[in-house]
Amino acid sequence: MTLKVRIIPCLDVADGRVVKGVNFVDLVDAGDPVEAAIAYDAAGADELTFLDITATSEGRAATFDMIARTAEQCFMPLTVGGGVREVADIRKLLLAGADKVSVNTTAVKDPDFVARAADKFGNQCIVVAIDAKKVSGVGEEDCWEIFTHGGRKETGIDAVEFAQLVVSKGAGEILLTSMDRDGTQVGYNLPLTKAISEAVHVPVIASGGVGNLDHLVEGVTKGGASAVLAASIFHFGTYTIGEAKAHMQAAGIPVRMHT
Amino acid sequence: MRIAIIDYGSGNLRSAQKAFERAAREADISADIQLTSDADWVSKVDRIVLPGVGAYADCRAGLDAVDGMVEALEEMVMKQAKPFLGICVGMQLMASRGLEKATTDGLGWIAGDVVSLKPNDPNLKIPQIGWNTLEIQKPHPLLEGIETGEDGLHAYFVHSYQMECENSQECIATTNYGGAVTAMIGKDNMVGTQFHPEKSQRLGLALISNFLKWKP
Repeated sequence: MTLKVRIIPCLDVADGRVVKGVNFVDLVDAGDPVEAAIAYDAAGADELTFLDITATSEGRAATFDMIARTAEQCFMPLTVGGGVREVADIRKLLLAGADKVSVNTTAVKDPDFVARAADKFGNQCIVVAIDAKKVSGVGEEDCWEIFTHGGRKETGIDAVEFAQLVVSKGAGEILLTSMDRDGTQVGYNLPLTKAISEAVHVPVIASGGVGNLDHLVEGVTKGGASAVLAASIFHFGTYTIGEAKAHMQAAGIPVRMHT
Repeated sequence: MRIAIIDYGSGNLRSAQKAFERAAREADISADIQLTSDADWVSKVDRIVLPGVGAYADCRAGLDAVDGMVEALEEMVMKQAKPFLGICVGMQLMASRGLEKATTDGLGWIAGDVVSLKPNDPNLKIPQIGWNTLEIQKPHPLLEGIETGEDGLHAYFVHSYQMECENSQECIATTNYGGAVTAMIGKDNMVGTQFHPEKSQRLGLALISNFLKWKP
């Protein structure tokens, strides 16, 4: 009897459609979010993540109506992110059906926002999404910096230090996306994942770069992640959630094999 | 049947409401399920659900801030013995005290303290977030028909603190996270789950359905 490793499909949503890009740009359509939520709920996904990826860069709030319609179909936990600027935005997302809320740009601008949000809704409700890119050169010691506005803005902030800072403020979980890997299907950035997993005591969700099922296994065994997130391989039907779980179980990772 | 899900400013309230709506529909139970902060309405219902996510002291303060709510809950649960389900911090509030950050009085319905999770494996992360199985300590009608144990169904947990019951008879089920962790407590007409039945797919919907039919 043990806690299972979570497999989390991620819906990146723009203009009401699920989209998927490479390195956060060149987006292609990957379907309807509500239909996707129904399919992933039935398939036994352990959680679902819904990110309104253009809310912050377009300076608006997330699309509550679309989130509510997606949440109606989710009986597994749902994390929602995009455009969260105020503590009140979090309550609106929870009332729309979110269970956890992911914060990215606002946490970078004002790390104390994480403390205010966690005091109000509890650490477990606040996921800080970190989009990181490698900035060290060949032969140099590994160094990653964080980016905001859906990966569009450089900040000069060290990713590992930032993760420790937001956890000290009350983040209950870190959603760690390697921007260099996102959409490339070459596998998670394992050194980055490991560095952050070892630096914080809260669970880390690995994200960015999954192209096959061994990548999911490595995220846990080599990256130290508590959960593995993927988008393209599931949205485009390359693998099912069930195949992913069976593969991880065969590799000795504890997973939940039913709904 | 009227069911109140108490709204005191925190929590994944819509999630809880729609899980109860679905469980009622699937069990063919006609139910009026309302999110409410109206103590008068609560004093007219048949069943009460106290959800809750957040820090213990904030949740307690939030509950106290709703006019007449604590009194209405005590009247309905302790005196009129209406079926009651506390979820997560809603369960923890049934305890004598919460020891998260400061010491805060709970409702004192089930004797015990809410203390930090201290897994015996230092590699285990806090909070415990995710799916784990249940080990029954004392059979309970809410777990009827639900497969438990290592090969059983999973429940969704997300917490950094746990209830330690003074009376082991009031611990209904545990889970394992670097040692036994209280997963479900109960006494008479009241029951509480540390996990989130509203987010626990098959196990959760079955438990909610059992709660709707429960005649303690």
